[in-house]
Amino acid sequence: MLYRESGLFKTSYAADQVIFPIPQDRWGILAILAIAFVGVPLIMDDYWANAVFIPFLIYSLAALGLNILTGYCGQLSLGTGGFLAVGGYSSYKLMTSFPELDMLLVLGGAGATTALVGLLFGLPCLRIKGFYLVVATLAAQFFIIWLFYKVPWFYNYNATGQISVVPREALGFLVTTQRADPVVRYLFVLSIVVVFALAAKNMVRGRFGRMWMAIRDMDIAAELIGIRPYMMKLTAFAVSSFYIGVAGALIFAVWLGAAESGETYGIDESFLVLFMIIVGGLGSVLGSFLGAAFIVLMPIGLKNLLVDGFGMTAVLAKHIEITAFGVLIIFFLIVEPHGLARLWQIIKEKLRLWPYPH
Amino acid sequence: MNAAPNKKANGKAETLLSVEAVSLSFGGVKAIRDVSFDIKKGEIRAIIGPNGAGKTSMLNVINGFYHPQEGTITYKGKTRNQMRPHVAASQGIARTFQNVALFKGMTTLDNIMSGRALRMKCNIFWQMLYYGPAKKEELEHREFVEKIIDFLEIQHIRRIPVGKLPYGLQKRVELGRALAMEPDLLLLDEPMAGMNLEEKEDMCRFVVDVSEQYGTTIALIEHDMGVVMDLADRVVVLDYGRKIADGTPKQVQNNQDVIDAYLGVSHD
Amino acid sequence: MLFVLETVISGALAGIMYSLVALGFVLIFKASGVFNFSQGVMALFAALTLVGLLSGTIPFTNTDNPALALPVWAAIPLTIFVMFIVAVLIEKFILRHLVNQEHIILFMAMVGLTYVFEGVGDMMWGSDVKVLDLGLPQGAWDWLFDTHDLYVEKIEMVAAATAAVLVTVLAVFFQKTRIGRALRAVADDHQAALSVGISLRNIWIIVWSAAGIVALAAGVMWGAKSGVQFSLSLIALKALPVLILGGFTSIPGAIVGGLIIGIGEKLVEVFSGELIAAAFAGLIEIDPGVFSATENWFAYVLALFFLMFRPQGLFGEKIIERV
Repeated sequence: MLYRESGLFKTSYAADQVIFPIPQDRWGILAILAIAFVGVPLIMDDYWANAVFIPFLIYSLAALGLNILTGYCGQLSLGTGGFLAVGGYSSYKLMTSFPELDMLLVLGGAGATTALVGLLFGLPCLRIKGFYLVVATLAAQFFIIWLFYKVPWFYNYNATGQISVVPREALGFLVTTQRADPVVRYLFVLSIVVVFALAAKNMVRGRFGRMWMAIRDMDIAAELIGIRPYMMKLTAFAVSSFYIGVAGALIFAVWLGAAESGETYGIDESFLVLFMIIVGGLGSVLGSFLGAAFIVLMPIGLKNLLVDGFGMTAVLAKHIEITAFGVLIIFFLIVEPHGLARLWQIIKEKLRLWPYPH
Repeated sequence: MNAAPNKKANGKAETLLSVEAVSLSFGGVKAIRDVSFDIKKGEIRAIIGPNGAGKTSMLNVINGFYHPQEGTITYKGKTRNQMRPHVAASQGIARTFQNVALFKGMTTLDNIMSGRALRMKCNIFWQMLYYGPAKKEELEHREFVEKIIDFLEIQHIRRIPVGKLPYGLQKRVELGRALAMEPDLLLLDEPMAGMNLEEKEDMCRFVVDVSEQYGTTIALIEHDMGVVMDLADRVVVLDYGRKIADGTPKQVQNNQDVIDAYLGVSHD
Repeated sequence: MLFVLETVISGALAGIMYSLVALGFVLIFKASGVFNFSQGVMALFAALTLVGLLSGTIPFTNTDNPALALPVWAAIPLTIFVMFIVAVLIEKFILRHLVNQEHIILFMAMVGLTYVFEGVGDMMWGSDVKVLDLGLPQGAWDWLFDTHDLYVEKIEMVAAATAAVLVTVLAVFFQKTRIGRALRAVADDHQAALSVGISLRNIWIIVWSAAGIVALAAGVMWGAKSGVQFSLSLIALKALPVLILGGFTSIPGAIVGGLIIGIGEKLVEVFSGELIAAAFAGLIEIDPGVFSATENWFAYVLALFFLMFRPQGLFGEKIIERV
């Protein structure tokens, strides 16, 4: 009976509509935020920042973006890699063209650019549905990668064809390049992700979330109650691409420090982010984080176990990892299409009743 | 919902919608042939007929989902022969479906709230903040939706995803979603199909209450003749896409063509 | 002009290869409504299995034992048998549990299956590039070269012939046999098919096996041409636009779609750079070299434009929406 809601009486609809109606949840989330902002920085070094925390947070952001489009609005996309690339390359162009620009504005600009590109490739959704739309997003993926690879303007005519980050500050703190303190980089990414997650939660629990889900669940009925499917799908494309664009910019500027279109933002990235939302939970903000954590941490865990533990070769471990990804996807789709987030919910339901069985 | 006085149709009431000489075909199949009838403000109008008579197609034409090849529809004094479904919705036509068309992944509350879509205007940036106008708007509409929830007696299933509800309750939620649109014209496609007697009685009560309390004009398709006789002010009968009778339940009941259609007398 | 013709022919032959993969898609889609994203990797897996059997590879050890090497006549039936087992496993562990799920869920499950095929294939047979030698003719077709001065590879002609044979066999199978009719019944309506006593499971196993054989044919052709390697599975993605053009349920559509895409992308690859540079000459300087590697995206963009005008494909049935 540690976790319960009996005895909680809400006297207004406002009280009923807060994000976490149960006090234990509110304390829980505050504790997690406290740990994330105060506890984690104490152990932060370059390894933890680059191998675990920063990729986890950035992929959570990308997964949030894709979840808005796929999980909430029901439009499957395999163009995530391409949209990440738009974010990365546009942040590079902004950073090099306007050296005075604060990183926050750079990210905003990268997000906005990606939102526009997302809108462009979302236009066909007027006519096509379901996995036909996958072709449109694949066209985005391959065309964008090709463009950044072939047109030298995008990488400032570098001989290497790569883009590399330059030192830039956000609100006076250096956040890019290896000279930046890992703690600062981590906190920078964390703050952005927290703000975006909150905004996403607010959108999906309100008017826009309902309209997106209505289209996902039954687009014809949605149209008959006055929702314009085309407009709402396009909105989902734009918002989702904005999130993914910011994530792509962070991958390049704060995490890796360099990028090359096909290498960094290939089709594999599209699949990876898709796997995150399937494993984490389609149509769940929490699920985006759980899925990202799972997909980022699993290879590290497997590698430690198989290569360091059992002495397997790295190649074999990689193959096992690929197989495991596939098996997990199928497993989750069959057993729990709502992913880890749903499992967490079930645990909470149980806790609510514990120690009584009913 | 505007509390208009309940005016039973008596021939003098204003016409809300009239269908004139509408024909609809899919490829070679004629679903509706040259059908005309009208719906007066405030009445309950039943559309009946054997299976495949074109009843659902008729509703689909009225709310813009199908576009008839011939004929016109005059709604609120404006004549049209084509419109998009969301335009029909914005002009006050709401609808329920033969096979429940709810948003299965959403809760009862969210389903009914989605019926308010047309009346909520707050932009996405306030939504992201969930503060100020966005919050105010959300609460206002929540209050309205709670009234519908009370009216339909579905308070206990507010937070349950509708996919998990029994059929009878789903139908009720669907009615709630349509009511949330504050429609001027409510189209009900077999609201009582597949229900047991008790559920049917409940649903009848809701339909009558909607008509009486809010003065909403209702057009319904129903197979249960008992229900139609009790509820409807006027009845139009379709058979093989044609109109074969139109009038009060009494008149229709005694019409020879109607009796033949239901008993399956051959058509030539 | 001769050069244009050569480009068209080589495009058409590459297109036939796409069609081979697309055929497998159509088979499964027709009979189960499942969009088998893993068809390309299935082709890779089949080819890897064949190479493994031919060279006596012991699965999961990455070592060859020449004493176990099988001759071609034994290896091919055995590979077909392996693909049958794979079909049984897929039915048992995946399809059975996803009956009546939405298309999008099934699609994602197939993406998962793709990864399983890739990982398991690599673990069983090793991930290095393999040479597949079935004694298929290599090199240019001398007669055409001598008489018409055209350069066409023999292997591509063999692929075209194989595709033609497969299409004929499949068309006859669907139209004339009892199983074929059952397959079409299942495609029309799962529930109705079940209620007249057609076993969905057997049907699925049959189609997936058939798709496995088609995958083997595709894998052999691609493998003989450019070696058995991972890039083979990327053809799966190319088959998607092919299907969009042809319509998801049409066998002739898969062939025509493949040809259009194959020829189109070769023509664009070879000529677009110079044409566009010439068109803008005097206005802006465009380096024709920029328009290389367009094969990466041309097919998708073409399919995208096509979708805007005819969403059901060239040969697909018109989609009517109902409430």
